[in-house]
Amino acid sequence: MKRELLEFKDKLPLKILEELEQGLPDKASPARIKKIADRVYEEYRSSLAEPGECVGLVTAESIGEPGTQMTLNTFHFAGVSEMNVTTGLPRLIEILDARKTISTEMMEIFLNKPYSRGKEIKNIAEGLKETTLKEYIKSISINVAETRMRIELKDQKLKDVNLNPAKVGRILHKSLKGFDFKVEKDGAMRIKASGDDALNMIYRVKEKIKDIYIHGVKGITQVLPVKRGEEYVIVTAGTNLKEVYKLPFVDITRTTSNNITEVEKFLGIEAARKAIVKEILKVLKDQGISIDHRHILLVSDAMTMSGKVLGVSRYGIVKEKPSVLARASFETPIRHIINASMVGEKDELNSVIENVMINQPVPIGTGLPGLITKKRVDEKKK
Amino acid sequence: MSELFLNSKYIGKVADGKVFVEQLISQRRNNKIPFSVNFFYNEKTDQVFVETGGGRCIRPLLVVKDGKSALTEDHIKQLEKNEIKWSDLVQQGIVEYVDSMEEENAIVSLKEENLTAEDTHLDISAIDIFGMTSSIVPFGNFNHGVRLTQGSKNQKQAVGFYAANFFARMDMDVNLLNYPQRPLVATIANDILDQDKHPCGQNIVVAIMSYKGYNMEDAIVVNKGSVERGFGRSTYYRPVLSEELRYSGGLSDEVSIPDKDVKGYRTEHDYRFLEEDGLIYAEAVVKEGDVIIGKTSPPRFLSSLEEYNLAATSRRESSNALKHGEKGVVDFVMLTESNEGNKLVQIRLRAQRIPEIGDKFTSRHGQKGVISLIVPEDDFPFTASGIKPDIIFSPHGIPSRMTVSHLIELLGGKTGALSGRYVDGTTFEGEREGDLRLELLGLGFRENGTETMYNGITGEQYQAKIFVGNMYYLKLKHMVANKIHSRARGPIQLLTRQPTEGRAKEGGLRLGEMEKDTFVAHGASLLLKERFDSDKTEVPVCENCGLIGVFDTRKNMFHCPVCGDNVEISNVEMSYAFKLILDEFKSLTIYPKLGLKNKY
Repeated sequence: MKRELLEFKDKLPLKILEELEQGLPDKASPARIKKIADRVYEEYRSSLAEPGECVGLVTAESIGEPGTQMTLNTFHFAGVSEMNVTTGLPRLIEILDARKTISTEMMEIFLNKPYSRGKEIKNIAEGLKETTLKEYIKSISINVAETRMRIELKDQKLKDVNLNPAKVGRILHKSLKGFDFKVEKDGAMRIKASGDDALNMIYRVKEKIKDIYIHGVKGITQVLPVKRGEEYVIVTAGTNLKEVYKLPFVDITRTTSNNITEVEKFLGIEAARKAIVKEILKVLKDQGISIDHRHILLVSDAMTMSGKVLGVSRYGIVKEKPSVLARASFETPIRHIINASMVGEKDELNSVIENVMINQPVPIGTGLPGLITKKRVDEKKK
Repeated sequence: MSELFLNSKYIGKVADGKVFVEQLISQRRNNKIPFSVNFFYNEKTDQVFVETGGGRCIRPLLVVKDGKSALTEDHIKQLEKNEIKWSDLVQQGIVEYVDSMEEENAIVSLKEENLTAEDTHLDISAIDIFGMTSSIVPFGNFNHGVRLTQGSKNQKQAVGFYAANFFARMDMDVNLLNYPQRPLVATIANDILDQDKHPCGQNIVVAIMSYKGYNMEDAIVVNKGSVERGFGRSTYYRPVLSEELRYSGGLSDEVSIPDKDVKGYRTEHDYRFLEEDGLIYAEAVVKEGDVIIGKTSPPRFLSSLEEYNLAATSRRESSNALKHGEKGVVDFVMLTESNEGNKLVQIRLRAQRIPEIGDKFTSRHGQKGVISLIVPEDDFPFTASGIKPDIIFSPHGIPSRMTVSHLIELLGGKTGALSGRYVDGTTFEGEREGDLRLELLGLGFRENGTETMYNGITGEQYQAKIFVGNMYYLKLKHMVANKIHSRARGPIQLLTRQPTEGRAKEGGLRLGEMEKDTFVAHGASLLLKERFDSDKTEVPVCENCGLIGVFDTRKNMFHCPVCGDNVEISNVEMSYAFKLILDEFKSLTIYPKLGLKNKY
């Protein structure tokens, strides 16, 4: 870095300094560089939030006002076909409430080379999908006399996901205790029950057996390979980061889920914070609304600063407010007051709502500065 | 086998539902079954429904046979000669009434020329697809559907001539247009609804141009001369009633001029209009605070008090007086008896409403607007022939809303006014725009309705040709006189010491939570505090127990009801509402302890 710029190292963020250095004219004299840097510093200073500026409220207003223009309850097909995605206001509310279960869980799975170039993309995608036995069954025949059931499987489908009847047999065997189970030579499954209630048991197990998990990643119900520029990405309905990260062809560094709770669980709070920002921006972009991203950063910071993801609700960040009166003014006032009275909570009257209530200047903007000089208590003159 | 239901109750089975229903319908058309009975065959569920009950909505349709309407030219000729009537058509099976169920199986064509072999019925007129109010919008077929509904909504609020016996009625909140007219451009529905007997607007001259920016955002500029000649003048009537109620113990209210020792006595001045019977006289000019019915009531909770306390037996004042902002003339005084046989007084107040800035007007096409300026006639623009429009309507209201019917009515109205006839503007079937234009040309005007106009102030000719025409305008019941409200100081509520709410109580205008947020967002902390000062109080607070103390004005000293006299007590400024919530906490056995510290 140029020597003239070094003295601004503490004053300006690194990114601005780098950009400034790149933008400098080639033949600029040191004096001129200093002048330019001074100007940049001045601009930078003037664009910072002033002390006492009510950034949180401005954020609330900045998100709330365009929120009224968002079409209420829009469930529509977002971009890719076949998948019905929750967007708009319902999704925004979902993110801000930090819901544990969200209405459309999705993953974007990025792949390592050479798979990201499209190698075997269809097989990989299909292989991710959670499948149960019923998808492989060609036919079921029951022999009533011998209380025996015979299941024929679809060979091609098994081959697609690299399975054979023997493997399926092993899976089935585990969950068929008490039955006489055997894989026949032609690849069919044979299940025989014995005892008084044998026939009933066969019929019961016939339905049960269909839902036995065979292959794929649990939770993923739909897969869709999409080409993004040069690269292939697999979009899925349903998420399961834990299992997907174990797969060798998955690029762990970029693969994410839209379920913030899941992201927090497997990648930590910082990742959750980023995920919140990303998801909110996605909704806003979808609706064609532009909000300064710093507002969204503030919201996600507020939601994650306690170390776990809290929703913007009475159970989330409002619960963390130090002031009793502020909490009471939001929702369920009586409960808050009663709980506070039981432990003898003290309200320091440090934020806006309490001071509005008692008709005192709010500690924001012009209400923030106080006098430094203390009132002189002249004892001697008495 | 199809299931058969009579009035939604299962009664049995028929062999073939479809044939069964066909037979019944043809019998009804041959007048063997009453016209109000309907038959419906549901093919999916194989069920037959026969409905005879009352309360169903049925609508008449022309029967279509083999792609041809059963109503022929002969019938129309006979109808014109009065040889046959509507009921004959129903009996002959030319017109039949269909209910919502039978309608399911009917294929109805809107127009005769669109008939296909499939159709079973034909609408009597294309205007049938509209409701009552939307069918009186002239040339409605040139419009967006939305404008039609908006236009008909507006019409419902129009001030008109609602009943000829209005003078003998005591209706609430009545507006009467003083000089109502019948529309120059009207639809068939106008005749059907007998609108000529209760019209709701006036035919006026409208120029579509801007006027010094005063008709931005749908505002209209009005000619003062027109107003003085009676345009939009209406009368507002409001009844006031009072009953001599009877209470237990043989006591009752009494309509009379209250005695001076009555509890809650106003001033003598307020009662000045009352005659000996305690009632005001007709044609008295009254304003706010004036008593119109003098009345006294027996004291409250009398039964428990009368034996002990003679002083409490004084009667209460319960007169009817004009509320804040009201004024008018006493129109009618009526003394009668209520259902219970009590003395009942009804007084009707009347107030003239001359159009003023802020009053709402509309055409019949959803083009509503408020008066923004009333211009002296001398300054109003005029046409080459010296016509001064009554209203100047903004051209910006037209393109985005696409109310073409508004423009065609203007053209039709102009033609009608010049040729001295009424113009038919029935939706789908009205007079053609081209014909109107040609007629206008024949009357010596430009066929497109524009005219050369001159600036009323400078006399200069406008460069543009202005579209001028006649139009039916309605005055809507929303008038500023009923709504104007402002307050600087005024009454407060007893409980919270905050300003009262609402115009009738001379209330304040609430600065709500979101409005508060804007002050905070600007950092205008001290301004916010000042805005919320309405219930500011100084409360003595005991520094020992943190509860509210007492200031004894006689001894000129503070004391705390909990800790006694020898404690530090300071005055603290807070909102009264906060003091109130502290009291409510105490009533919940929650101890709200205030900790004080010096601000500086």
